[in-house]
Amino acid sequence: MLKILKYSFYDLMRSRWSYVYFLFYLILGFVLLFLNNDVNKAVITLMNIIIVLTPLIGTIFGVMYYYNSREFTELLLAQPINRKKIFMGQYIGISISLTLSLVLGLGIPFVLYGLFKSAAIFNFGLLLVVGSFLNFIFVALSYNIALSTENKIKGFGFAILMWLFLAVIYDGAFLISLVMFDEYPLDKFSLIATMFNPIDLSRILILLKLDISALLGYTGAVFRKFFGTNLGMVLSMSILVLWVLIPVIRINLKLRKKDF
Amino acid sequence: MIEFKNLHKNFGKLVVLNNLDLSISEGGIFAILGPNGSGKTTLIKCLLGMVIPQKGEITYKDKSVLGKWDYRNDLNYLPQIANFPPNLTVQELIEMVKNLRPKQANEKDLIKLFGLNDSLQKKLGNLSGGTKQKVNIVLTFMFDSNLIILDEPTNGLDPIALINLKELIQKEKEKGKTILITTHIMSFVDEMANEIVFILDGKIYFKGSVDALKEKTNNSNLEHAIANLISKQYA
Repeated sequence: MLKILKYSFYDLMRSRWSYVYFLFYLILGFVLLFLNNDVNKAVITLMNIIIVLTPLIGTIFGVMYYYNSREFTELLLAQPINRKKIFMGQYIGISISLTLSLVLGLGIPFVLYGLFKSAAIFNFGLLLVVGSFLNFIFVALSYNIALSTENKIKGFGFAILMWLFLAVIYDGAFLISLVMFDEYPLDKFSLIATMFNPIDLSRILILLKLDISALLGYTGAVFRKFFGTNLGMVLSMSILVLWVLIPVIRINLKLRKKDF
Repeated sequence: MIEFKNLHKNFGKLVVLNNLDLSISEGGIFAILGPNGSGKTTLIKCLLGMVIPQKGEITYKDKSVLGKWDYRNDLNYLPQIANFPPNLTVQELIEMVKNLRPKQANEKDLIKLFGLNDSLQKKLGNLSGGTKQKVNIVLTFMFDSNLIILDEPTNGLDPIALINLKELIQKEKEKGKTILITTHIMSFVDEMANEIVFILDGKIYFKGSVDALKEKTNNSNLEHAIANLISKQYA
């Protein structure tokens, strides 16, 4: 598996798009720091971008890589290697190369700016951890979609819809339900609903660490009580881990019956 | 050496292999023929473990291959479409495949034979279709395996490369290897094959030597003999 991982990783590292992605974050990091002049504020702006953009890029890279390397995957399938190892190698290769673009692209400007002397290092660290999780989650989800859809265009469409649903539509539906049922106690409901969407979960996790939860009112206080504790932190991290594991397990189950 | 027993595969409503039985003995060149969509590639992919049959059993050297992967160390496969990661160079790809198999590879002679020395440092995305097919052939023949499976090996090759390929196949045959070929080029079959396996509607319609086929269809020309078999399906 390590060999496949290595080659997928090298292949992507040499692709133009990885550099574009890396440069984008690099420029974004520098611009935000010099416009804001405040690491904490830069982290909040970055969060808004990362939380929407990393899932989108992860989804697109995952689907594109799967469909583009289909013939090559067939060549690998004819070699004496276990199927699962081929796909797990590719999956981890894509996820790591995207994560590297994110961490290096944002890390370099922040380190140059003097991050290690700032108190924001934990918030920034959390941001990168959450961003990496989102990469792993959305590449796994998009691989699931690509494996289940033979048609390239359809697969691409489904993947984008999935992203749109989790990044935008879910929030809308969530908000509408909050307004509709605002006579009922909704704190538990909203807490649970947040868990079912990795993007929302990541957003709440970062917001609460940034001490701006006062803006969120009563629900914010409930959230703070929950996520602010160590238990809440551990629980939400484990849910992010589950969001990686469940799609990965489904990939492996799907592979058992898949024809190439 | 290879046994297909009662093999059944359908994609949705489309039945591709219909309780197919076939046994292939060791040594020689077997041409797998049939009209488009008759199940040739599916049959080969079942043997390779890429397509999973609904029913039936496949054995290679008396061992079942379904769900296994280590038997593939003893076979070489040339896929129909050669499409490689565009950002790797030819050299890196060859090294990678060598790396993946616990076997001695002999790629130097093949690279020379197909004149690929100048292309070794080029990225695979910049190669022409024919050159990619040559790389594909090098990857297939660089290992010493008992079974060689070629799916449309002549695609996009220039005449010199084609002659080289034929010589290569003959050499492997003389070493006592089993070679399975699918192709639509009948002159290639006439020249190379020891035995023909003709698939129609997911079943083996004919299996035997080229001469036996000509005799059966009353046709001295192989191309017409095969056309004769196929036209029966259309009738």
